[in-house]
Order: sequence, then structure tokens, then C-alpha cells
Amino acid sequence: MTIRVEHELHTRRKGRNYGLLIVLLAFVGLVFGLTVVKVLELGDARKFESNDHVLRPALLPMDTPATTEAGQ
Amino acid sequence: MTDASLPETTREASMGDYIALLKPRVMSLVVFTALVGLIVAPVPVHPFIAFVGILCIAVGGGASAALNMWWDADIDRIMKRTSNRPIPSGRVQPEEALAIGLALSGFSVVLLGLASNWLAAGLLAFTIFFYAVVYTIWLKRSTPQNIVIGGLSGALPPMIGWAVATGGITIESVLMVALIFMWTPPHFWSLAIFVKSDYGRAGVPMLTETHGRRVTRNHIMGYMIALIPVSMAIVFTSIGGWVYLATAIIMNLWFLKACYAVWRRDEEAAEADSFAAERSAFKVSLAYLFLHFAALMIDAALRTQGIGGF
Repeated sequence: MTIRVEHELHTRRKGRNYGLLIVLLAFVGLVFGLTVVKVLELGDARKFESNDHVLRPALLPMDTPATTEAGQ
Repeated sequence: MTDASLPETTREASMGDYIALLKPRVMSLVVFTALVGLIVAPVPVHPFIAFVGILCIAVGGGASAALNMWWDADIDRIMKRTSNRPIPSGRVQPEEALAIGLALSGFSVVLLGLASNWLAAGLLAFTIFFYAVVYTIWLKRSTPQNIVIGGLSGALPPMIGWAVATGGITIESVLMVALIFMWTPPHFWSLAIFVKSDYGRAGVPMLTETHGRRVTRNHIMGYMIALIPVSMAIVFTSIGGWVYLATAIIMNLWFLKACYAVWRRDEEAAEADSFAAERSAFKVSLAYLFLHFAALMIDAALRTQGIGGF
């Protein structure tokens, strides 16, 4: 059996497979778009980075006391 | 048996068959009313979030349609109108429809919750549950009032759209739901009078078959009268405006006249002109709902320009 084997199933299901490809690509686009919009809506992108629950003082704005950010 | 060795009699399901499971034509009403609910809300929504919100509501509606087709495959097989649906025609297996329905329900609810808020997602989950379980599984085969109570699931989309924008439920969104809810019976029953159906053979209790057409005509008139105050009440809320007021007055008079014509005549007169009054009432009902929601949208657009409103 060679790797180039063709089965009639491949042609029979071509439309469905392409349909599924489009649905999956659209879903990826949707999640990507949502991520971009949600991050941009934060205004300050650093708010997003401090969302990982690990306080990284380097990310905090200079004018904000570290304690306030840590409490969020 | 694997899919590759399906018997010759079964046609391979195409992408179109899976889309047909989602009842795309019903989806258009859901999309339109949800969009209006979202646009007339006083809180602006980012266009992409709005798009994702409407998409989730549409997919959730489609998912409940797939669950409906899974459960109703036995009666769909008996009735002529539905015998060519994907499951009764053998193109899609019932288990596939169930899996697609459940998967899309989960996807749409979770994505809506993540994209907007969990109240909107909860309302969408309730809508799917109400259509698939309360209407399809419970009411449809047990009471002739099935379409009245089941109509709630078709009425909820504007409330979900409103919740996507505002994160809440207010009198405005409740009244939009009530408008579609009260509109469904006269709309559906005027269709049921003139369309020859085989619901009786399938064992589905439709009012026209269980109580006859005379009682159905009375019900159409009764629900029409109850619809008027709901339609007019929206005028006095924050989404009402001059365009809506004018539309509501005209359309209520027009639909009332059409329903009155259906109510006052008997079967002989109806059959003599091939149900012209019933057909007309059905067409007016379509215009009634579309124009009410279109008017709400126009008033919202006018308000953003500083004109319209009270």
C-alpha cells in the first residue's frame, strides 16, 4: 500500500471536508478577533499581562502603587 | 458498519444536509429580532462583539432546531412536508443530529458568555432548553396550545440581544419578547387553517384538528386583541418613538382587520375563495412583526442623530 493511495471516500466526502475546513478556519478567526477586541478594549495592554495571576512588578505602571495592582 | 460501507440506498450527507439541520430559514427571524434587540439597547457594543453575539444566538437557534429534528424524526417521516428532511430521508443519522445539536448548543452558549456576558449566555441556554425540551419533547405532542407556549423560545432572541449590550433585563426587552409571543398564535394559526397538514396522522394535536377551525378562528381573534396593548405599551418605553408609534397604529389596525375577516366567516365562505382571508392574514402577520422591529431600529437610529424619541 503506497502513501498515494486514493479511495473513493476521498472524493465522496470532499465537499464535507472543505466545509468543515471553512467552519474551523472561521472559528479560529472568531477567537482571534475576539481576543484582539477584548485586549484593545482594556485600553492599557499591561492590564492583560497582569492577568496571569503572577505579580510582575516590571509590568506595573510607574505611577501606581504595587499593592493596589496586586489586590486586583 | 463503518461509514465507508453505507448501503447503496443511503445517500452520503453533504455539507448542505448538515446546514439544513439548523433550519436556516427560521434562523433569519431569530437573527433579525436579536439584532434589533441589540441595536435599540442604550449601551453601545463593539461591532465585532455584536457580530459574535448575533452569530452565537443564530447558532444556538440552529442547535435547538437540530435537537428538534433528532427528537421528531419519527413524525417528520410520516408528514409529507417534512419527509425530505435530512434524518427521515436517511442522509443524516439521528445520532449525528443529536451530537451536532448538543455540541453547537455548548459552543454557542460558552462563546456568547465569553464574548459578552453570562446573563446573555444563560438566556440563550434557556431558549435552547425551552425549544428542545419544553416545546419539542413535552408540549408538541401533548397539547393544542403547543405553539403558544413553545412560541416563547422564538420570542426570546431580542431579549438576548438586549442582554448582550446591557447585561440586564428591563421592561423594554420583556415587552419585545411579549410582542413576538402574542403575535405567534394568530400568525401560526392563520397558516394552519389554510395549509392542508397531516399533523393528525402523525399524532400531533394541532388546534385546527383537535377543536376545529371555528375554535381556531376564535383563538386568532382573541390573541390579536391581546396583542394590541403589548404593541402599544412599547411606545411608552425608552425605545419607543414617532416612527414606532405610527407603525404600531397602522399595523395593529391592519392586522386587526385581517383577523376580524378570518374570525367572522365560516368554512363554506373560506373554501369558496380558497381561504383568501386566511392567506391575507398570514401575509399581514409577517409584515406586522417585521415592520414593528424595523420601526424600533429606525427610531434608535434617529435618536443617535438627536431626532425622534419623545
